[in-house]
Amino acid sequence: MNKTGAEILIDALAQEGVDVLFAYPGGQVIPIFDALYDAKGLKVVLVRHEQAAAHAAEGYARATGKVGCCLATSGPGATNLITGIADAYMDSIPIVAITGQVPTSYIGTDAFQEADLVGISRPVTKHNYLVKDIRDLPRIFKEAFYIAGSGRPGPVLIDLPKDVSVATFENYEYPKSVSIRSYSPTIIGHPKQIEKAAEMIKAAKKPLIFAGGGVISSSASEQLFELAEKINAPVTLTLMGLGAFPGEHGLFIGMPGMHGSRAANNALQETDCIVSVGVRFDDRVTGHVGSFAPKAKIIHLDIDPATISKIVKVDVPVVGDAKNILVALNKLLTPRGVSEWNDQINAWKGEKIFSYKHSEKSIKPQFVIEQAYEMTKDKDAIICTEVGQHQMWTAQYYKFARPRTFISSGGLGTMGFGLPASMGAALGQPGKLVLNIAGDGSIQMNIQELATISINKIPVKVLILNNEYLGMVRQWQDLFWKKRYSSTCLRGGTLCEECAPGHCKKHYVPDFVKLAESYAIPGFRALKHADVIPVLRQGLEIDGPAIMEFSVTPEENVYPMVPAGKSLDEAMEEL
Amino acid sequence: MSIRTISVLVENHAGTLSRIAGLFSSRGYNIASLTVGETEDPTISRMTIVVGGDDAVIEQVVKHLNRLIDVIKVIDFGADPIIERELVMVRVDSTKSNRHEIVELAQLFGATVAQVSATSITFELSSTCDKVNNFIGLIKPYGIKEVVRTGKIAMAQPKK
Repeated sequence: MNKTGAEILIDALAQEGVDVLFAYPGGQVIPIFDALYDAKGLKVVLVRHEQAAAHAAEGYARATGKVGCCLATSGPGATNLITGIADAYMDSIPIVAITGQVPTSYIGTDAFQEADLVGISRPVTKHNYLVKDIRDLPRIFKEAFYIAGSGRPGPVLIDLPKDVSVATFENYEYPKSVSIRSYSPTIIGHPKQIEKAAEMIKAAKKPLIFAGGGVISSSASEQLFELAEKINAPVTLTLMGLGAFPGEHGLFIGMPGMHGSRAANNALQETDCIVSVGVRFDDRVTGHVGSFAPKAKIIHLDIDPATISKIVKVDVPVVGDAKNILVALNKLLTPRGVSEWNDQINAWKGEKIFSYKHSEKSIKPQFVIEQAYEMTKDKDAIICTEVGQHQMWTAQYYKFARPRTFISSGGLGTMGFGLPASMGAALGQPGKLVLNIAGDGSIQMNIQELATISINKIPVKVLILNNEYLGMVRQWQDLFWKKRYSSTCLRGGTLCEECAPGHCKKHYVPDFVKLAESYAIPGFRALKHADVIPVLRQGLEIDGPAIMEFSVTPEENVYPMVPAGKSLDEAMEEL
Repeated sequence: MSIRTISVLVENHAGTLSRIAGLFSSRGYNIASLTVGETEDPTISRMTIVVGGDDAVIEQVVKHLNRLIDVIKVIDFGADPIIERELVMVRVDSTKSNRHEIVELAQLFGATVAQVSATSITFELSSTCDKVNNFIGLIKPYGIKEVVRTGKIAMAQPKK
């Protein structure tokens, strides 16, 4: 069968099982959109900004475990994807980004809307391609999906010049298999290394399981659960790992690191054996590396050899797929009873892993998260967030029960991630309840997507914790920069002379409820503590999308907090 | 910090060099020299990279190179015996009066005369990097006009 490049693209997506494409048209991709006009079985979602297409593809990938897909035109369309691609790279999310490019004969001439996307995207992609010949196109698609989804997942970009998308491939067939001589990720862990790990765990008096996003990528939650229960070890999960182990389980001790729990940070500093699974020892987790886990032998299970001993020296590395290794490891382990170590952990943990000062005089942001949790915990909801204080509070106070239910930008820390990611999650998991918990700063970074949500009736529930600040930066200014709130007040802007919370004469914009209405989305607002539950109920009960705004305590800080560069035992607590 | 030689077999197509160079710059590794050329298999190129760093850095360099899809094989020669060569061309000030003296010195290294003019001589020398450095050092007092070096190429010694 003869097919054009554009038709091959559509067939490739179908063959790879992609049923949603987040896209934005432009000059060099008109042939592709023309072919998409007739594409059956593929839902094309027109976003309002290309960055959102990339984040939506991430949300789709993270909610489903499949490869997410986005499409933009050349030049500015393609460069707008870059933030989302970089986000996917940092968090190891499988997406394939397709960009239009000027015709091959124009490449290098500074043509209209030309940008060197292969060059620009190189440091933030797992791999990328510039397609110069249509005969390479089927193989490139096959490879791109394989590379994105296998090994340590990540984004792959395909730059597709217009002349290639209109060229014809005679007797086209999509490749059935893929073989790349220079790429074969290690899946099976080395048996000797697994044995060593088992011996080390058996010898440990104070074992600690420290797991991350790799467990979710590898669908290894069940095996992690088995490991934890077998050796009765406390479990701490990184931001990317939340949901990999049940948040309500007695062995769970919360997230570690900068805004981690006292139990998790103390456990890391006191443990004699860390079983790390699919983590990368990010600086937000380790604090000052030199004083991280000083008493521990470290076992590290990871599919990416380059992650091992990159930051922290590892004693027993096991390279391979987490699920595979854990199955083998669990077989070698013998049950371990509870010990003084468990008592110590429980003492640190106290009644609640995280706590804050309750007040009914204002809306505490943590209270909103707790209530949202109470009202959605039986609904297998997917929770997305933007980036900042609200994200940390969500990570602390929402108890994620299952993998792929917490979707947040970890490594890159991209404000504006949550709203488009929640669209991707909702379209990838139709029928599931999807929340985007946002701050009033972050939500404005991709707020144009309310149009996409409204038009496509994507049932996303948006919770805006409005503190009228860029809260996380303000918190740093509060704690480390003498409360000089430079450019973090969203009422005043750069400098506010007569700033006193609650006394500001400046008007807050936008009015999120009116904004919601202008997008034909129902909007609700909670101004006082007593409004929180009714507003949540209204927003959650209504069919389709809704916006719920909560005017929260403006100068609330996220605690505990380990200041950047400090050791995990130097956490600041709420005074 | 030590200097290590790494040999990298890569797919011989457009963009591979920029991936390798980009990796070194984005991760802050120091390249002392880098050479590229086709191998006995025209679809594969070999890069010989001389890089500075302690053992931990070199380990990371090797792992990150391996992570690149276009990289087929990375060989860190470490302390293994290798055969290495570098080609250098050196143009040095020279007049009739000292020409013989300089040529004699160059001959001690096995350098050959590539070109002679009224005011200069250009030598070429293919040797180990140490000898090339040594040669340049000794000829320097005569007044070097220009030095062009290829960077090191290397092969492991055959196993017996």
